[in-house]
Amino acid sequence: MTDAAITAGAAPHGQGPRATLSAAEARLKKRYRSEMWFKAQGIAAIVVAMIFLVVLVGRIVAQGYTTFETHSISVPVYLNPDRIDRTALDGVNYDYIVAEAVMKKLNIQDDDLGTTSGKVMDLVSRDLGFQLLDKIKADPSVIGKTIEVTGPVKADADLYYKGEIKRATAEEDRKLDNQQLGWLDQLEKSGTVKGGFNFGFFTKSDSTEPEQAGVLGAVVGSALMLIITAMIAVPVGVMAAVYLEEFAPKNRWTDVIEVNINNLAAVPSIVYGLLGLALFINWLHVPRSSPLVGGLVLALMALPTVIIATRSALKAVPPSIREAALGVGASRAQTVFHHVLPLAMPGVMTGAILSLAHALGETAPLLMIGMVSFVPGVPEGFTGASTVLPVQVFIWENASERAFHERTAAAILVLLIFMIVMNAAAVILRRRFERRW
Amino acid sequence: MLTWLSLLFLALFALAAFLLGRGRALKAAGGASVRLHSLPNYYGAYAALWAGAPAALLLLLGAVFGGRLEEAVLQAERPAAVSALTPDRQDVFFSDARAIAAKEAPSEVVYEGELKTALDAKVAESRKITAIVRYSTIGLASLVALIGVLLALPRVGLEFRARNRVEGWINGLLIACSVAAVLTTLGIVLSLVWESWRFFQSVNPLSFLFGTEWSPQIAMRADQVASSGAFGAVPLFAGTFLIMLIAMLVAAPVGLYSAIYLSEYASRGLRSTIKPLLEILAGVPTVVYGFFAALTVGPLFRAGFNAIGAVLIGGPLDGVGQYLMEVQNQMALVAGVVMGIMLIPFVSSLSDDIINAVPQSLRDGSYAMGATKSETVKRVILPAALPGIMAAMLLAVSRAVGETMIVTMAAGLQAKLTVNPLDTVTTVTVQIVTLLTGDQEFDSPKTLSAFGLGLTLFVVTLALNIIALRIVQKYREQYD
Repeated sequence: MTDAAITAGAAPHGQGPRATLSAAEARLKKRYRSEMWFKAQGIAAIVVAMIFLVVLVGRIVAQGYTTFETHSISVPVYLNPDRIDRTALDGVNYDYIVAEAVMKKLNIQDDDLGTTSGKVMDLVSRDLGFQLLDKIKADPSVIGKTIEVTGPVKADADLYYKGEIKRATAEEDRKLDNQQLGWLDQLEKSGTVKGGFNFGFFTKSDSTEPEQAGVLGAVVGSALMLIITAMIAVPVGVMAAVYLEEFAPKNRWTDVIEVNINNLAAVPSIVYGLLGLALFINWLHVPRSSPLVGGLVLALMALPTVIIATRSALKAVPPSIREAALGVGASRAQTVFHHVLPLAMPGVMTGAILSLAHALGETAPLLMIGMVSFVPGVPEGFTGASTVLPVQVFIWENASERAFHERTAAAILVLLIFMIVMNAAAVILRRRFERRW
Repeated sequence: MLTWLSLLFLALFALAAFLLGRGRALKAAGGASVRLHSLPNYYGAYAALWAGAPAALLLLLGAVFGGRLEEAVLQAERPAAVSALTPDRQDVFFSDARAIAAKEAPSEVVYEGELKTALDAKVAESRKITAIVRYSTIGLASLVALIGVLLALPRVGLEFRARNRVEGWINGLLIACSVAAVLTTLGIVLSLVWESWRFFQSVNPLSFLFGTEWSPQIAMRADQVASSGAFGAVPLFAGTFLIMLIAMLVAAPVGLYSAIYLSEYASRGLRSTIKPLLEILAGVPTVVYGFFAALTVGPLFRAGFNAIGAVLIGGPLDGVGQYLMEVQNQMALVAGVVMGIMLIPFVSSLSDDIINAVPQSLRDGSYAMGATKSETVKRVILPAALPGIMAAMLLAVSRAVGETMIVTMAAGLQAKLTVNPLDTVTTVTVQIVTLLTGDQEFDSPKTLSAFGLGLTLFVVTLALNIIALRIVQKYREQYD
């Protein structure tokens, strides 16, 4: 710019108008170049953001989709009466009985030290053993008969079938040795092991064994927690917004409340966790890691956003509606509750759903109130110990087994699907019912 | 259970009061409801409110604070055998007594001899107290409900302004709801200040704020090495600052440029596709970003730096090469970059709003003078939007400082005073999480230090928000 200005300024004396023109052209060219450059930077920024989005979602889908396929094994198991002590059913080594059945399928014999059966046990989930126990407990007469059981293979075997543990890897670097891989191939060829959709992932809860771990408990926990959050944050938030927008006199107190709400919306979520720990758990003795205490904390967190969304929805209702209602003799409360609030309802609901979706994905405050504990099974109610989806993601991410990593990604996919559904509901609500005046 | 049942009864009672009130009003009007001051339903609602609301409040308070009350009464008198125990064990004793009384699972502590008799006595006492508290609450609530109806019903008459009274109730409820927001703030401040105060009794606030060593591991026994623990938070502040800086270096240019492009250059169609996509990026839970950082970006960066290191080894930069070979998955750079990605949509949407708020006449004036679009943006729009953009950046900084999951999963736990982005650092939020997850005894400085950190975090983010608001208020140009 400055260079161009100097040459342009110096030119007229010597070379006449032609030079001026070329200098101006050069300047223009330069300006257009910088225009192009600036535009390119903007495009680059958008492209970078989009690449991040694609990589983020793509990686999670790539890591997680394999979870939805799983391999299960069906074997006829002979319940040898000599091995099963009827007086102490819980003490029987059912895993060994299952391993025997698998070895029979494979046509191999156990050695004296039990290394072969140990290796076979590493391939089959303990779930089959538990199934045997349940069947015997339900009907002791099955002892001595042969029954067919079906259950998942161990996570490592499953990873081999899906090609994530490869034969090409050096034997000492993988969890399964060549002999075990040979057996797995043999089992698959004979049809004993079959692949299929992983229903277990949606019907089971957390477990220490990856192949038996599912998200049902976390989904139920999330649902219970969101119910508490919605029941507190939405009514309280809407009523607070109605007061501030429609009834409150403009004085110092309402100013304090307004500033307060704006600041609360920006408080880090972990601080709400500290509040929940100090107030609800240590002072009021609400049960730790229950959906109740989680819901209360998230309700406090969601409250400011619900208030802000409701206020803007109420602001969008034109004053003529209020004036008309007041004009025909309605009281202020009647005006608001019979006319203004119903008209603002689509906006209110959109805001409420969005802040609930945000609460659904929140993790940090829940770690403070003890939700990191291992909870097998579906939560028993609002006050029982429970876990929620994002915390389940956090717990599984910390687990060392590789099979948990794909489950983490799959749990994220479930979480994202719930969030997309909620967001889509909000968008549809806005599109269908929003009125422009 | 009993509380729910009594609430149900109360609801039925209130319904009855509603019908009575309404009926009485209609009777007074002789069937012609126009003679009444208010609509008949308002008379019913008035009676129902007096019947139901105070009693319901009482039951709710009983449900929330009843447990505290029982505990206080139970602990008022301590048998000699119990007083001999350590305070921790005394707490366990009383919680066991309450658990057995409530038929819940007690702890695994075995009580024998005198303690056993004391426990049995306390269990019996606890049952008694629970029954007394429970039934007296219900009794009191029924009394209040009855008195409410008896007071409300006689007032129902032709001239009675029932609607105004009911609206008074509604107004009170609305005010109570708006006060809830203030109470939340008060709760945050009080709980943080209270617990921090307890922490600062054992640790000097100055050595907390300016100390350079952080190792909160308190030994189990007093004679173990390092039994005191060190609570100098400067390494945590430095780590938080470093990660925040990296995040802003990613988020500020990308977010700002994309906002400029979207609002000034992009066609309507492009804008309406890109904006929802950015919103998706904004809606992704932070734990997902943490997973992405820990399992994708971390190993990727590490592999990249190792590859560079392998090239450099043996050359003139051998030392650097050696260092690069040793970097770990958990480094400040990974957490910072991923946090930057998370903040892009935040910065972008805030800046977009601010740029759109600059009046079109300024743009038109600039174009009329022959300026190109980029010149208009740089010389007219950005200066006009500067206060708003500054505020947006400060809000993004505040988000970065308070962000927890990404750093917990990707930054690491070692408190180091370093500016090297390839090093493992830890942040304030990571330490809060580590100190408060797992087993906690609530009186050790280790646990309480989390509240000290929380208070610092709260004050800093609050200050950033207030400064951001002030900047906008003070420097905003008024165009209309």
